Amino acid sequence: MPKIALTHLETAIVFALLISVVLGVVTKKTDRDRLQYGLYCFACFVGTIFGLGWLMKLGHG
Amino acid sequence: MADNSVAAALNPKKSVPIMKWVTPVIIGWLVPGGGHIYQGRMQRGLLLGISTIICFLIGLLMRGAFFEPQTGDILTTLIYTGGNVANKMVGIPYFLATWLGYNQADVAGHVHDYGTKFLAGAGLLNVLALVDTYEIATGQKD
Repeated sequence: MPKIALTHLETAIVFALLISVVLGVVTKKTDRDRLQYGLYCFACFVGTIFGLGWLMKLGHG
Repeated sequence: MADNSVAAALNPKKSVPIMKWVTPVIIGWLVPGGGHIYQGRMQRGLLLGISTIICFLIGLLMRGAFFEPQTGDILTTLIYTGGNVANKMVGIPYFLATWLGYNQADVAGHVHDYGTKFLAGAGLLNVLALVDTYEIATGQKD
């Protein structure tokens, strides 16, 4: 079986994308709202990834 | 609190026959997204199913480990037994992988560790889909 080795960033972004799709589908009632909420969740996840990443970098000096 | 109890007593929810939601929920558990497809929500079912299965496959390709149930202190029980339940919530893909002999040991390394989280995460995504299936079946949602 093939094996993949994603980096921390790739893993986090793929995971955020998959979760955002599911959250968008199950939480809203119209397709437009689902798309908007999915994109919103994804943006929040990615923003948090970069925000915490910079925070850790700055914290370590 | 008391007002809510009175309101609930005055407007009891109509009970939904168990067979109305059990069948789609079981189908949705065994085949991710299958519950929605069974209920005629093809697009949503495909999105949920594909997301869950991709998450599971990435976990396998990263050589994640399945959780084995363990008891002990509360945290150990919660993580290992809860993780085992989460693994099983993927349904047929989980049983197929174990039946075909996938048995990755829990080894150190960030790739394996993320893989383990993807495998458990896939089950939790399917739980969200199952809750949605239940709400559709009971008429709480379209």
